[in-house]
Amino acid sequence: MENRKLIELKGICKSYDGEQVLKNIDLTVYDNEFMTLLGPSGCGKTTTLRMIGGFEAPDSGEVWFDGKMINEVPAYKRQVNTVFQRYALFPHLNVYENVAFGLRINKTPEEEVSRRVKEMLQLVNLAGFEKRHVTTLSGGQQQRVAIARALIMKPRVLLLDEPLGALDLKLRKDMQNELKNIQKRTGITFIYVTHDQEEALSMSDTVVVMNAGQILQVGRPIDIYNEPANAFVADFIGESNIVDGIMKEDYVVNLAGRDFPCVDKGFEKGQPVDVVIRPEDIDIVPAEKGMLTGKVTQVTFMGVHYEVIVDINDFLWMIQTTDFVSEGSEIGIYIEPDAFHVMPKSEWSEIFGDYSSYSMEHDLLSENTGEEEEE
Amino acid sequence: MKRSLAQRSVIAPHVVWSVLFIIAPLLFMLFYAFTGPDGSFTFENVSRLFTGNYVLIFVNSLCLALIATVICLIIAYPLAYVFTKLTPKWQKICMLLLMIPLWMNFLITTYSWMTILEDTGIINTILGKIGLSVHMINTPGAVVVGMVFCYLPYMVLPIYSVMSGIDHKLIEASQDLGASSRQVLTKVVLPLSVPGVISGITMVFVPQVSTFYISQKLGGGTFQLIGDTIESYFTGVSVNYHFGAALSLILMVLIIISMGVMNHFADPEDVTGRPML
Repeated sequence: MENRKLIELKGICKSYDGEQVLKNIDLTVYDNEFMTLLGPSGCGKTTTLRMIGGFEAPDSGEVWFDGKMINEVPAYKRQVNTVFQRYALFPHLNVYENVAFGLRINKTPEEEVSRRVKEMLQLVNLAGFEKRHVTTLSGGQQQRVAIARALIMKPRVLLLDEPLGALDLKLRKDMQNELKNIQKRTGITFIYVTHDQEEALSMSDTVVVMNAGQILQVGRPIDIYNEPANAFVADFIGESNIVDGIMKEDYVVNLAGRDFPCVDKGFEKGQPVDVVIRPEDIDIVPAEKGMLTGKVTQVTFMGVHYEVIVDINDFLWMIQTTDFVSEGSEIGIYIEPDAFHVMPKSEWSEIFGDYSSYSMEHDLLSENTGEEEEE
Repeated sequence: MKRSLAQRSVIAPHVVWSVLFIIAPLLFMLFYAFTGPDGSFTFENVSRLFTGNYVLIFVNSLCLALIATVICLIIAYPLAYVFTKLTPKWQKICMLLLMIPLWMNFLITTYSWMTILEDTGIINTILGKIGLSVHMINTPGAVVVGMVFCYLPYMVLPIYSVMSGIDHKLIEASQDLGASSRQVLTKVVLPLSVPGVISGITMVFVPQVSTFYISQKLGGGTFQLIGDTIESYFTGVSVNYHFGAALSLILMVLIIISMGVMNHFADPEDVTGRPML
């Protein structure tokens, strides 16, 4: 990836009615990258996107674009285009005129409009839909019109605000691939907002995890997953067992009452830490051979694997395994040294416990997925 | 489909109302329009319309209503647009100010306009101080002023309601695609508010065509509108229900034709995608 800085946010703060929604945001977006702003509802990701689009002005801080400060540049003069959350297609225009809208605004000659609209509709697989009224299209088709309408302007940056939020799962997967392909083919920088961590991990070059108006971590998807910066990121991205621990010395962490070899170093001796162990990194072994032993309290079949909840000294661990174990059985667990990820304590540490409220958490998550972000 | 008793009893009042106050009067009108004083069938009432100056009266009424409607639109559209830009609190206050004249009897407002427009009225008194005098009362202009004042809210309300319903995301989307404020107005707000304009015109034009009291008081009887003419055949010295009904019938037909023409331009199934204005 090229390392040319395209967009820079410097110390952005924003409040609505006395409530601070962005707290000193610093962010650099490089040319040609696919960046995702990921976070729960109300974390400030949409507001951040709208700052770049020019629909919100920061209370303090600077927005830089290609080496120029653009705080005062209105939305219609910025070299960015947006795919809005609910498409926001013009209901009084047909597919062709919706896509042609921007070109007509800047008075492009008719032959060029016709040629470029045709190209765009081909790019998003909507050739032949020119005369269709946008209100007669399906959600996925409307979504693609919205993408074509933005891309035809040849923006330097395309902003996408939860563009796939209203689509069903199958269609969403297809559109994720399509979007990624479009991004590769056109080489346009994408800034993508979502609360869906899977979407963020599978599509992005860079993921920015946000919560409560702050940026918690910026990194490649694999780094965000394997090396979460704190308990919030670890919990938000994928499943994780977050255990209180103490760093005995370099390469030795103490948790659940015993010492484990690990690969982390550089902490002070005796420093309290959060330790993340991903459920898929835990091996189930016979009880007598286990590093720790416990009783299976719940087994859920998930298709590819089982999710097993194990009670180890009153702390409920989640294990993902392809081997079946029965509820109530005593098992041992084995964890490789590199499966321990040690993080310093943070303001998020106390929020996340074990999996005792597991089923409740699932309910919450499934409720959240259908929810629109109100910011 | 057979309706249940509950369903019947819910729609019954509406049916009774429609029969008593819409269908029956229409049948009466048709009956009177096509019968003579002796009750026999005749076309005489309708053919009499094309004698004398009745055609001119019709043309006058339509023209005056058209002018007043256009003026209403010219005032109401920017007003509605400005209203949508205000904070919710100020929108409520402005709506209230707009509605208050509607709560006053329109006879009173018409009389007020008489005292304002008279040769010895408020305007001329003020103009007199600087040695000017404009004759306003008893002119077509005075009638138009009265009509515009009476019906302006009916034009503002539907336009405002459609405009304030436009999704703000559409405005942002057009700005995002490079539209300046002026282009947002002409390319997005204007075409999307056409339904409001159409219903505003409908609500204003129809009563203005058949207006009668305003024209008498502010026009001073110097020229007759169709509303006055119809009234004179039902209440005046020359009572003639049959001819009055024929006049009403033709007026109704004319209004239906104008509405048909108008709705043609507001066809929601407009598949060309280009707003027709």
